[in-house]
Amino acid sequence: MPEPSRLWGENLTLAYDQSVISRDLGISIPDNSFTVIVGPNACGKSTLLRALSRMLKPQSGAVHLDGRLISSYPSKEVARRLGLLPQSSIAPDGITVADLVARGRYPHQKLLRQWSGSDEAVITESMEATGVADLADRMVDELSGGQRQRVWLAMVLAQQTPLLLLDEPTTYLDIAHQMDVLDLCAELHHERDYTLVAVLHDLNQACRYATHLIVMKDGAVVAEGAPSEIVTAGLVEKVFGLPVRVVPDPETGTPMIVAVDRRGTITRRARGTEEPTGAQEAQDEAQDDAVLEKPRSA
Amino acid sequence: MTATTPRPGSVRSGRPVRTRSGRVSFLVRPRTAAVTGALVAAIAAVFAALLMLGEYEITLPRVAAALAGQGERLDLFFVRDVRLPRAWVAVLVGASLGVAGAVFQSLSRNPLGSPDIIGFTGGAATGAVLTILVFGGSMLQVSLGAVAGGVATAGLVYLLAMKNGVQGYRLILVGIGISAMLTSVRDYLITRADLTDAKAAQVWMIGSLNARGWTEVIAVAVCMAVLLPPLLAMGPRLRLMEMGEQTAHALGVPVQRTQAVALLAASALTGAAIAVAGPISFIALAAPQLARRLLRSTGTTLFGAALMGALLLVTADLVAQHALSPAQLPVGAVTAVIGGSYLVWLLYREWRTGRA
Repeated sequence: MPEPSRLWGENLTLAYDQSVISRDLGISIPDNSFTVIVGPNACGKSTLLRALSRMLKPQSGAVHLDGRLISSYPSKEVARRLGLLPQSSIAPDGITVADLVARGRYPHQKLLRQWSGSDEAVITESMEATGVADLADRMVDELSGGQRQRVWLAMVLAQQTPLLLLDEPTTYLDIAHQMDVLDLCAELHHERDYTLVAVLHDLNQACRYATHLIVMKDGAVVAEGAPSEIVTAGLVEKVFGLPVRVVPDPETGTPMIVAVDRRGTITRRARGTEEPTGAQEAQDEAQDDAVLEKPRSA
Repeated sequence: MTATTPRPGSVRSGRPVRTRSGRVSFLVRPRTAAVTGALVAAIAAVFAALLMLGEYEITLPRVAAALAGQGERLDLFFVRDVRLPRAWVAVLVGASLGVAGAVFQSLSRNPLGSPDIIGFTGGAATGAVLTILVFGGSMLQVSLGAVAGGVATAGLVYLLAMKNGVQGYRLILVGIGISAMLTSVRDYLITRADLTDAKAAQVWMIGSLNARGWTEVIAVAVCMAVLLPPLLAMGPRLRLMEMGEQTAHALGVPVQRTQAVALLAASALTGAAIAVAGPISFIALAAPQLARRLLRSTGTTLFGAALMGALLLVTADLVAQHALSPAQLPVGAVTAVIGGSYLVWLLYREWRTGRA
């Protein structure tokens, strides 16, 4: 049974129509953590995020938010407690940055109270926090991918929720903008006491930024904890089927994953030679290849 | 691009209007206020023209007197019993079609997602034609037949297109398919019918405001009074849903319920409009797009679409009645020409200036 926290779920069975993604899943997001969820494609990371944000109704089990069943809240109330940045959103044609960020105020607005004094202050503050205040009057369509992602983040911040879920916030960004977004997340976590949950693809980024790492495979949680305590070559190989070495990140000392060099072995495996079963074996093969001095495959 | 510190107030695109208690507060964009005012003025002008013009012309002061219940008997008859209800039907039906079109386009996230295209209009027409030919219907029966046909078709399209919520392109594709089938059904029915019935059905199918009176005005007005307020209140939710279902959900919009309620209300509104005036084409398609472009709004504007729909239909009716007089055109034949040309011109201008 997972530890109760502001956001946790128990015995979750998550499915789309008939295809079950997760069965009997227990999950708890530690309060004030920067939790990162990693796992291979289609392992159920985004599905879990959807369940945690009430977008997907579990077939069984329950998600708890702030001590109550998440299903018992009105929609707007959930949106005042928990923010979510989906993988893709559509910016309306011709909208300005400020107007888009202002849409994050919706859960705080009422039919007859659409623009209160605090709305304006929060919008300004959100744009300043994400460094897009200078772009307030620009059209969102004209911005670069990195700037746009900051604007979407500002919109979610304008919701003023203590919990933030981010579904692959770095996809489609170049490396500099990826680090930019992650630094911003770390700052939000560190200086503004947000509890953050992000799905990331890059294991090294996950290990560097996460205070709590959740590793998933086939819809189940395989390991969770501080990255330096749980990430091993064995774990990565088990989850991703990729032989790796784990070394300390020269910048931060957090685990850094380096794929084992298998050049030249792929085609041999494809021809039906026995598949390497362990990291050691793969490493041996890689060394064999090095000895044979095979030419680089283009 | 030089970085500037944000000017105070640069985060808002309009002027905030608040009551002292802060209980009521809105943001009013200058452009919205100006365009809304212009649309209302234009509707009023055309409305006045509709009351004045005709074989028996009445000057504006006499129209005003007649509206107040004074003046010659003939003036009173033409203004109050003939022209006024017809003009009101035009305003209300136009507004209904405009709003309904805006809702359908917003839900399908596609400018083609108007009731004309997704089969609703075709369903209503088929229902009406069936009533005319099989039951030899009265006006009321035809109206009910149209509403039943429209709602049944909308329900069918919705069920067929639904899977984890409504997907825009699926709604449109299914709608086009069902529309095509319904057209064949209508054609078949008409070929089997005798000439008078077939002609009546044909006229009904183009859409017309001829000989509409206070009964029709009250019918549409009641429907609008019931359906319009909840739809207008849904405007902000619809605009958020245009950013994607997940984003809307994350911002606290009950997506599926909003979709279902909006679709139902918009269908009923279209049904009422069609029942009274026949399947007037193109207003539901063009009015929301025109309003949106004129207002430069960043999402569906239901109120703007209502005004634009009303303006399009009163203008079309003015042209239909007087352009080729004494011959009277069915108004549906005119709406397509006016709305269509205006939309093409707007799009053309936008593309030329690099917007859109």
